[in-house]
Amino acid sequence: MRIAKKVEEMAPSGIRAFFDLVLGMQDVISLGVGEPDFVTPWHIREKAIYCLEKGYTSYTSNKGMPELRRTIANYLHKRHGISYDPEEEILITVGVSEAMDLAARATIEPGDRILVPEPWYVMYGPIIDLAGGKPVFLTTKLEHGFKITPRQLDEAVRKYKPTGLVLNYPSNPTGASYTKAELQELCQAIERHDLVVYSDEIYDELTYDFEHTPLPTFKGMRKRVIYLNGVSKSFAMTGFRLGWACGPAKVIGAMTKIHQYTMLCAPIVSQMATMEALKSGFKDVLDMKREYMRRRRFMVDALNAMGLVCHNPEGAFYVFPSIQSIRQPSLEFAKDLLKKKRVAVVPGVAFGESAEGFVRMSYASSFENLKEAIVRIKSYLGT
Amino acid sequence: MDEILEILAKDARTPVEDIAKLTGRSVMQVKTAIRQYEKDGTIVQYKTVINHELVKSPKTIIRALIEVSVTPQKDVGFDYVAERIYSFPEVVSCYLVSGAYDLLLIVEGENIQTVADFVASKLSPMEHVKGTTTHFLLKKYKDDGQILKKLHNRKRLNISY
Repeated sequence: MRIAKKVEEMAPSGIRAFFDLVLGMQDVISLGVGEPDFVTPWHIREKAIYCLEKGYTSYTSNKGMPELRRTIANYLHKRHGISYDPEEEILITVGVSEAMDLAARATIEPGDRILVPEPWYVMYGPIIDLAGGKPVFLTTKLEHGFKITPRQLDEAVRKYKPTGLVLNYPSNPTGASYTKAELQELCQAIERHDLVVYSDEIYDELTYDFEHTPLPTFKGMRKRVIYLNGVSKSFAMTGFRLGWACGPAKVIGAMTKIHQYTMLCAPIVSQMATMEALKSGFKDVLDMKREYMRRRRFMVDALNAMGLVCHNPEGAFYVFPSIQSIRQPSLEFAKDLLKKKRVAVVPGVAFGESAEGFVRMSYASSFENLKEAIVRIKSYLGT
Repeated sequence: MDEILEILAKDARTPVEDIAKLTGRSVMQVKTAIRQYEKDGTIVQYKTVINHELVKSPKTIIRALIEVSVTPQKDVGFDYVAERIYSFPEVVSCYLVSGAYDLLLIVEGENIQTVADFVASKLSPMEHVKGTTTHFLLKKYKDDGQILKKLHNRKRLNISY
């Protein structure tokens, strides 16, 4: 059967082959995992079991259960002081990936250019492409902490005339995040250039050095930001596949139109479990965050000590060290490290061309594993 | 709570070098802090949690929860009676609790008879003890935050975005 050209051209085949190699291997210490190593807190799992026992197995409203939307609205208001109308401005989705896909399809016209800071999480490029847009990648640098600057935004707008911008902070894969002051400056540029912003803040609760400030809290942003979040990372609920999008009623309405035909609704058990997480799961988040902070310190120090320059990521659970001193393409390095020392890392090139020369290492792994991985990498480098 | 205590509470065998790396302090600073905690009694003891059901040829140990009602004493309240009771080596834990009784004990013995003898000959006849209720423990599922059953390793994909 013929495959649509657009889809055939999508997958980065080299990386896929590397992934397959890892999946078939035994005794690997993996720093390649993009999900928490904690299991979902018991009270949330118990709620999910209870819901199944009570027969919560039906469809829900397309937008998601009204009580969950109200819970999210309350949480956003209490935590960040943002007000969204649960009736018209919040949509429950199957993870942030679906929310991003809906947002792109609902707002991008054929040929629209969308700015994406690079390195970028693997979904943005393909999703924009599939929606008919054209992603334009803005290279960020290690020496700038992998952040885009207002000046960079100004130049890109002059050059490419984009209609939108994807922001992902804290970032997967670099862990970079923005302070309130940095965001304030970015917001002025965003407003100046009348951009729509797809703000993926899934790692918000895992911000370590300062308070995370959601983009819609800034003056003038609410009307132009589609705010995306979910419970996967903060509450260790990746397998529940539950996210949400908040934004102006018109955009959420348009996204709901697509969602009702493609997904219908998010799974009801996941919606019920999410209510439990948001109502009483914050102690778990803080416990996990403290543990991640310690591991981050260990990884950053250990990598820098062995000569792999690594910036201190402000959030998420990734470090993104440079391997430029090794003079080996990141894919080759990752393959060789896997073959010789059985340590899996994700080659930087998976996150964009300019991320070549870096690798992503996840510290969502036990301290014992991280220690052993560092010993093996050291031995690989001969340091 | 100090991060050092947090780490040791999870794993008392964590080497000081690792604690130093995890907390961003020097090895000397960690050693000094631990010594201070030991000295001032913050760290009382380092113990191992053992699942006795899995110990080969185990020495039989019987445990009982004992609820004790006592008459508090002028000026010293429950402390005086509590001290009289917890000083017995058979008493491994002793708590003052709210509710229908006053002290909750965990008592160990080699068999039911030794625990029963302790209650009958030592505990119940004490001057300020008004009454006791003994519950023999049948199975331990979780001890001090630790689930004793070996948990299955959760399967995560080795690599994911």
